[in-house]
Amino acid sequence: MKNLEQTLANHPFFYNFPEEYLQRIAGQAQILQYKEGDVLFNEGGKADKFYLVIRGKVVLETYAPGKGAIILQTVEDGEMLGWSWLVAPYKYRFGARVNSMTEMIVINGEELRRQCENDPRLGYELMKRMVHAITFRLEQTRLLMMDVYANRANKK
Amino acid sequence: MIMEEITYNPITVETDPMIPAIYRVESFVNETADTFTITLSPSGKTDDDLAADEKQHNAEPGQFNMLYVFGMGEVPISISAGADETRLLTHTTRAVGAITKAMSALKVGDMVGVRGPFGSCWPVAEAKGKDVVLVAGGIGLAPLRPVILALLARRSDFGRVVILYGARTPKDIIFSEELKAWKKQPGIDLYVTVDRGTKAWRGSVGVVTRLIPQITFDPANTVAMLCGPEIMMHFTIDALQKRGLSGSKIYVSMERNMKCAVGLCGHCQFGQHFICKDGPVFTYERIAGLMRKPEI
Repeated sequence: MKNLEQTLANHPFFYNFPEEYLQRIAGQAQILQYKEGDVLFNEGGKADKFYLVIRGKVVLETYAPGKGAIILQTVEDGEMLGWSWLVAPYKYRFGARVNSMTEMIVINGEELRRQCENDPRLGYELMKRMVHAITFRLEQTRLLMMDVYANRANKK
Repeated sequence: MIMEEITYNPITVETDPMIPAIYRVESFVNETADTFTITLSPSGKTDDDLAADEKQHNAEPGQFNMLYVFGMGEVPISISAGADETRLLTHTTRAVGAITKAMSALKVGDMVGVRGPFGSCWPVAEAKGKDVVLVAGGIGLAPLRPVILALLARRSDFGRVVILYGARTPKDIIFSEELKAWKKQPGIDLYVTVDRGTKAWRGSVGVVTRLIPQITFDPANTVAMLCGPEIMMHFTIDALQKRGLSGSKIYVSMERNMKCAVGLCGHCQFGQHFICKDGPVFTYERIAGLMRKPEI
């Protein structure tokens, strides 16, 4: 458990997180290894896990009829994956597939959500980090939408 | 009257910066569907031609030349490799306008005019003993390529070397073979990401700025050099500053519509600066008040 706590503390998402809470979160977490091709979750599936990538690469994707799988982004070393466990109706919005050997901290999202409800201080600490991560992701998405490398000469 | 024969030392002859020297296209390589690299050799033999070529041989990473496609006009193109012992000039550009499209149709043996080198350079000497972070987006890798080659040539002079490169799609990646070779070099942390992945692409998907929280460098002893679309550099600067890097240690290469290249015509005016003469490489600290201003 101490090792797991330390691994949590070392992950950028939990940088400077209060130790008492790390201990609690470690109680519902495990470190798991995934191999290339493993599916972590499917679009629309029950969102009950929160993933923190230690090292490796996960592809976040969706599916469009006629186009097949569309890769939205990769989630890599030090990044978090999945916030649907925190947002009703607790269903994953996209699918996640492992792209190369990946080591992750996998946290029980349902239990973590229950603890956040019962302890607003923990909930607030966690929410601050989630908002930070979501804001960063939103910025990236906006930058992607700008299509900054497009050859303007080819644009109609 | 006694006529004295004067022998000019090509190095000391002052050439007129407005008169192009004539160069021959020696090679033409398509990097992607719309981006190409040409190498040029001097074809003139006059003292002026020799002096102009000597200046080219002393060009610094980050500087640019005005390339003249006869009958079409001139465009500023960054130098994408320092002149080596073969004394060839190397330029990489993208066909985006009438002149660069005409340039993309050049063949080996065709002639072009060259004026330069112009502008400020990347702080390679200042980076000695420091960590170096290079962030390039799209065609922005071309002006940083001479820096990468200089760092590799004297790898032990520098601390960590981190190269981040973002492209639109896997097929828009330029210098792809060199990127693979650079990645294999010891002491080089190189990350490539694309905005839009494909089924065959095994690498990262996402904007280049997202890589910055993942990389390792000492903010107190690092020089960063950025080249790419201005909006990409803006977000990159933000991410680097969040990591503790000062604006005086972040260098950016700015792009505006350069015409004369000697600070006279005003086409490339950027606030109180002329990009052609005072830039294109600036410290972020110097231009922070001007970036992201719609009227500038």
